[in-house]
Amino acid sequence: MAHIDDELEGLKREILGMWTLVQLQLTKGLESLTKLDKDLAREVILSEKRVNSYELKLDRDCENIFALFSPVAVDLRYVLAVLKINTNLERIGDIAEGIARFVVDTDNSFDNNLLDITELLLMYEECISMIEILKKAFETEDSKLARSIFKQDEILDEINLKANEIVASYIRNNVEKTEQGLYAISIIRKLERAGDQCKNIAEEIIFYVEAKVLKHKKD
Amino acid sequence: MESTVLTASKFGAYFGKNHVLKNINLDIYKNKITAIMGPSGCGKTTFIRCINRLHELTPGATVEGNIFLHDEDIYKLYPIILRKKAGMVFQRPNPFPSMSIYENVIAGYTLNGIKLHKKEKDEIVQDSLEGAALWNEVKDTLHKKGTFLSGGQQQRLCIARAIAMKPEILLLDEATSALDPISTASIEELLLELKKNYTIIIVTHNMQQAARVSDKTAFFYLGELIEYDETKKIFTNPKDPKTQNYITGRFG
Repeated sequence: MAHIDDELEGLKREILGMWTLVQLQLTKGLESLTKLDKDLAREVILSEKRVNSYELKLDRDCENIFALFSPVAVDLRYVLAVLKINTNLERIGDIAEGIARFVVDTDNSFDNNLLDITELLLMYEECISMIEILKKAFETEDSKLARSIFKQDEILDEINLKANEIVASYIRNNVEKTEQGLYAISIIRKLERAGDQCKNIAEEIIFYVEAKVLKHKKD
Repeated sequence: MESTVLTASKFGAYFGKNHVLKNINLDIYKNKITAIMGPSGCGKTTFIRCINRLHELTPGATVEGNIFLHDEDIYKLYPIILRKKAGMVFQRPNPFPSMSIYENVIAGYTLNGIKLHKKEKDEIVQDSLEGAALWNEVKDTLHKKGTFLSGGQQQRLCIARAIAMKPEILLLDEATSALDPISTASIEELLLELKKNYTIIIVTHNMQQAARVSDKTAFFYLGELIEYDETKKIFTNPKDPKTQNYITGRFG
């Protein structure tokens, strides 16, 4: 195995480690939301430090690989993709942390009716599914699998688009639950952004595997 | 904690009045690959030829300051003993043309009049060729002349010849410059294996090679040591502007 292959394998191990951690943040975050489990939410918040450490290490590792090995072709695309996926994962971690903070801050469990009508939990589950699929796509270099999440992102976008009207109506009918309504909107916005980050990750996987740039192209 | 094998202390070298190395202070660490890089004429080859005292074979060549191998001043050692401890591999592969592969590997012992039993010789030859990642390719043709091998194989034979003497340090002076890219890659992989057992100093004008292979890099310019640090640091954030200009291709 060439020396650079060791470095690239090491990079893969690191990014997958970060990926697993972010997945855990999201799954714990969902559970903390549904059960209003503040301790679990605090775990999600604390784990953000580890995600940030991963981000810094991966940035450094990519910098070192560029400097020491001058990678070209697929190796270059790979390191560029990892550099960007690193940022995307970190932002998803921030989103998971932000949602967990709502759980810690709120005093009341979320109204199940609100969760149903906004499809907030569905959105959250889609997000978790997208991260899982993308991790597999990255591990197996499966660009087709990576592409499959674009449809899921459309679902998140649709839920986000409808959310304002649904929540506004909910608040009009449940004034005492205005705060919940506002939290719900914020969480939906965050999850929509998480979906965008997943889309970016998919584009990077496709770039790495197929050398195709999908960024800024119309769907 | 890194262990120092070689220390250059206020070391300088001259060819006649030409001051080619100036005030070199450098520690070489055990089981690390140290790359010495710099533009042509910067003194890098002169420096490693001083380490095994080949420099003084040039008429009019002199030195100042000290180089210590562990705590021993190399200029107080018998040169032949020193050259066993610091084996050298040159730019052009140079297996002895009149000798077989077997005889080439064992040449250090033969030429120094060291008598060995056949079994000892066989062991040394096999160990050295295995160490140079050449054994499998030549084990059935040890009697053939070394010059029948390809360039990359000849260079690995020269490495085997050097490690047969069980040196502490291996000095490689542009050892892959004359080789094709595949042979170069195989030698570089070999160096990464060899450093487990030897301390290695490579002189190279190929910056990318220094970056790929070495743990530490020393940048020489006009006979002076400009900067010496972890290779990662040299290639990501060098301290001296001259180093930065060199590695970014702005001069040299």
